[in-house]
Amino acid sequence: MPNRRRAILILLLLVLLALASLWTALATGSIRFTAAEVLAALSGNDPPGADVILQLRLPRALAGFACGGLLALAGALMQVLLRNPLADPYILGISSGAGSGALFAMLLGLPALAIDGMAFAGALGTMLLVFGLAHGDGSWTQTRLLLTGVIVAAGGGALVTLMLAIAPEDRLRGMLFWLMGDLSQTVSPWPPLAILAATLILTMPFARQLNLLARGLLQAQALGVAVDRLRHAVYLLAALATAAAVTSAGAIGFVGLVVPHLLRLASGNDHRLLLPAAALAGGSLLLLADTLARTLIAPQQLPVGVLTALIGVPVFLFLLSRQPK
Amino acid sequence: MSVPLLATRKLLVEIGGTTLVRQLDLDLAAGERLAILGRNGSGKSTLLATLAGLRRASGGTVLLAGEDLARMPPRRAALQRAWLGQSQNDPFASTVLETVLTGRHPHLGRWDWESRRDAELARSALRAVGLSGLERRQVGTLSGGERQRLAIATVLTQAPALYLLDEPLSHLDLNHQFAVLELFAGATRDHAAGVVMVLHDPALAYRYCDRALLLFGDGRSESGPVDDILTAATLSGLYGHPLRQFDDDGRRVFVPQ
Repeated sequence: MPNRRRAILILLLLVLLALASLWTALATGSIRFTAAEVLAALSGNDPPGADVILQLRLPRALAGFACGGLLALAGALMQVLLRNPLADPYILGISSGAGSGALFAMLLGLPALAIDGMAFAGALGTMLLVFGLAHGDGSWTQTRLLLTGVIVAAGGGALVTLMLAIAPEDRLRGMLFWLMGDLSQTVSPWPPLAILAATLILTMPFARQLNLLARGLLQAQALGVAVDRLRHAVYLLAALATAAAVTSAGAIGFVGLVVPHLLRLASGNDHRLLLPAAALAGGSLLLLADTLARTLIAPQQLPVGVLTALIGVPVFLFLLSRQPK
Repeated sequence: MSVPLLATRKLLVEIGGTTLVRQLDLDLAAGERLAILGRNGSGKSTLLATLAGLRRASGGTVLLAGEDLARMPPRRAALQRAWLGQSQNDPFASTVLETVLTGRHPHLGRWDWESRRDAELARSALRAVGLSGLERRQVGTLSGGERQRLAIATVLTQAPALYLLDEPLSHLDLNHQFAVLELFAGATRDHAAGVVMVLHDPALAYRYCDRALLLFGDGRSESGPVDDILTAATLSGLYGHPLRQFDDDGRRVFVPQ
């Protein structure tokens, strides 16, 4: 039986997990800090090394949390929209659109802000293209949406490969890092954080309707859900959330697939709990993965996308193998 | 006379370029039961979905308690009519109790969670279809007949004035077929609900419905009291197979020749 108290309890635990991962991210690195030093720096005192915490680690940690939360939330929404528990935020081509934009900007040697701008433009362009094409005759079935998205994603992937092939040697490394997902290039944590909050605030009022949508379109409509409007809104919000995450951190894989899926297995498919839980758990996972990425072989940094994939693939295969048929 | 629970005016139903129902004028009063019969592909389910407002009519209007269904907000419609579809697959795991509770959705406010009273309603609906004790089972582990009864419990939990049932007896064994038909007979008798159901057995339609609507699949339809319309002559024409009719003690059975 759905139970509000249980949901709040689980969310409180996840808030604690998020705070713990934030603290880990701020305290670990080439310079280690104690809990007291981190607190002192955050509360505005000026212990030695406060700059490292406030200027270097905090923005990166916040951006990591926001991107992880956005990806997990977008994944959960896409899974409902396509009624497929194996859908992820990139399935409809948003990431390859953003990748094409970002790589094109890098190919031209544009500055970081322009790379973000082009990535976002590429993501939005793909989103509108898929929406328009899938809408076509007005039917907008799940199959049609999925097929359109997969084909557009393949086209974007080809563009990405083309640009990698013709890129000069010295830019190749940056491009590859972008494609694998990398938080070290993030310009500012505030846009993804704001979009995460906005997506959550806009989707939570419809969480119970999403439960019905997951059971089928006609079923949901018969129970009083304005299905067409809801599906359009879910598509746009999930796509925007994905675009925001990919723009600031590149195409980080597996967070958007594994986190919602794991939560569905652990605490059920009630979206009133699942959506905020996905935001918190996705954020925490990416934050921890990024902390590992910059400390494992320090001073060299790994792209965080490699770590999420390395963690994600076995976890996902394990979940898949034990999924009851 | 009061406003009919469900009415159609010059209803036109088309699918894929074929006209299934033309110029249909129908009135269903509270407490009445109507059976829809016809061959496969004659448009029974399509008509039922149109009556539920899940499908746009190609012409004419469907009136729910006197109000144009096409303009009614979905939630208000859901408070007045329930629709039982032919069973679907669920890609996401869910327990029996969670599934039944979805019937309470239109009754809950945006931020409400299901209350103890909602759970009681859901449990009594499960009792009514003989699924007590399975509340915590995963839906995916149920048999076809159990899933059908679960879907019936869900529309009962929705507690509407009008039930639109698409093949409510599919997957059910004999005893459950009668139990379900008795259940909806009780709903019309005790709560003045209206019931429209797609049935395949004319004998059950005769026994459990007041009126019948026959769809011939080419746009023609015929409706009237079961006594007049469920006869060997009309049904032989409807199914394209000669039938013989036997009347016995207020029951009527049809035997194919």
